[in-house]
This record gives sequence, C-alpha cells and structure tokens, in this order.
Amino acid sequence: MNKVIRFLPLILFVVLGVVLYRSLSLKPTELPSAMVGKSFPEFALYTVFDEKNVKTNADLKEGIKLVNVWGTWCPSCRAEHEFLLDIAQADRFTIYGLNYDDERHLAQKWLTNLGNPYEFSMFDELGKLSINLGVYAAPETFVIDHNNIIRKRFAGPLNERIWHDEFEPLIVQIELEQQAGE
Amino acid sequence: MHVRFSLITLTTLLFIIVSAASSFSASAIPVDTYEFQDEVTKTRFNALTKELRCPKCQNQNLADSNSPIAADLRREVYDLLQQGKADLEIVNFMVARYGEFVLYRPRVSSLTYILWFGPAVLLLIGVFVVVMIIRKRPKEAIEEALSAEQQRKLDNILKDK
Repeated sequence: MNKVIRFLPLILFVVLGVVLYRSLSLKPTELPSAMVGKSFPEFALYTVFDEKNVKTNADLKEGIKLVNVWGTWCPSCRAEHEFLLDIAQADRFTIYGLNYDDERHLAQKWLTNLGNPYEFSMFDELGKLSINLGVYAAPETFVIDHNNIIRKRFAGPLNERIWHDEFEPLIVQIELEQQAGE
Repeated sequence: MHVRFSLITLTTLLFIIVSAASSFSASAIPVDTYEFQDEVTKTRFNALTKELRCPKCQNQNLADSNSPIAADLRREVYDLLQQGKADLEIVNFMVARYGEFVLYRPRVSSLTYILWFGPAVLLLIGVFVVVMIIRKRPKEAIEEALSAEQQRKLDNILKDK
C-alpha cells in the first residue's frame, strides 16, 4: 500500500500529461452536427435570382444532393468556389446553394462574375433554414441522400483532398444503397 | 429629522440608479429592439439568451455575442417565445439543431457524470485522506515519546548541567 502511495504523484503526473497532451490536438471549433441522420428540414425561400417564386422541398431533385452554405461576406467561400464549379460538372448529384445572411445584389454579382455551380441558391436572409440545419458559419456543406436524409455535414472550405477522403466514399455508398433499393 | 431621513434615502436611490445605469452602458451588449408583451417574457428571453451558447463564438452566450449567427438565434428565441413556446421547448429546439454543446449548463447524462459528480467524488477522497492522516498521527506521537527509562536518563543529564 505504502509503495503505491509513493508512486501516486508520478502516476498522477503521467495521467495528467497524457490528458493535456491529447487536448493540444483537439479542435473545439469543429462541432459535431446534431442534424446527421435527420431529414432535410422543410423550407420555403426565394432564391438569389428569383424574388417572386418561393422554392420548397418539392423543388429539390431526386437522388443525391449537396447543399452548400455560402455568403459573399465569407472569404473561405471564395476559396472553395473554384472547386464547387469543378464538381458541379458531375451528374451524380445536384448542388444547391444556401445563401446565408447576405445581400441580394452582392450575391447575384458573385454568381454572375465567378460562375454559378448551383442548381439554384436559396436566399436565407433571416437564417431560418440555416438555423434549422444547425449552421453556425459558412462555408458548410451537407450531403443529402435519395431518401432526403442528411448524411454528412462538413464545416470549412472544400478541396480536392477533403472531397476524396470524406465525400467520395460516402457518395459511392449512397449510390450502392440506391441501387439496392433501400 | 424626518426630512433628513428622506433626503438620505433619495441620495441612496439616486446613487443606485446612476451606478446601475453606468454598469449597463459600460458593457458592449448588443442592442436588439424587441418588444415584449409582458415583463415575464422579457425575463425569460434574457435568461434563455444567457443560458444558450453561441455556436460560432464559443465562449460567449447568445446575449453577449455580436456575431450574425447569435443575432439570428436571438431572433429565433424571440419568435419562439412569441409563439408561446415553453422554455424547455425552446432549449430542445436549439439542442436538436446545434447539439448539447449550446447548453452552458450541461444535462446530466452518462457523458457528463464526471462533470457533475467529479467534484463531489474528489471532495470525498479529500475528506478520506484527511481522516486517514488525522487517525494516523496520535500513533506516531506515542512512538516518538520517550520511554520512562529514557526520560529518567535525560533528567539525570539535565540535572548534572
């Protein structure tokens, strides 16, 4: 018993050291999404280019969908824009934009000048849909499957490597599920 | 006497008002212009926005934060209050979208047991250790005391000097 007590400070030191060392590489800003596994929320919003007709869930195409949250006030959105234009070429999925907390004329200018990777971009001035999706900053990208279930939320700018590591395998998996008729 | 007394009360009252007003203006709390139908709703709004954490600026609550998301969430809390939602419903609304993270007071669950009961357990361990030390002490004191023989020798030595 006495021997154990003698080593107690050393044991405590080692345990504390391990815990603290581990937390050096933790990223507290990367929050897990509470929305993964839930249905894509109901919405009724105008789009960036159309302020007369409301788009709703019924206007989303069948199959796999990406929903990309962006805003002209967000530098990281500018950084990933090129990549979005790239992947928009593929016909395995449809990309929708969710313009968050922005001004319409700025958003229109952005898409006109830089190119438009989106099928359409919802104009979420008041953040209604964004809050329902649990968005806390832009850019964020959601993967929605053929059953309208949110399968993934990624916070931060997309690039080739992240796409290859995190998105590609998931899309292949959803495609397989789709073929199996699940 | 009577006049003087009321004068003192008046100055005290003034002092309280002035210091309260200055403490409000000193902090940079974002100003929203929400109108509440009654004081209770207003108090509930203030309590809720203090209890809920801003997901973007993680060390601020909704009431303190100037970020756009916090402003949107404050408006959402306000809208939900206007719809007559209960406090618990509003908190659940936020947790469903942003996760347990938005609660400054985490719920008691298997994940947070260590958080809720850790300090009490540490206190108990501390008490146990203290009790152990105290109970051990008299025994050592007896061991270190001189025996009757030693005491007699010591007395002899001291007497010689």
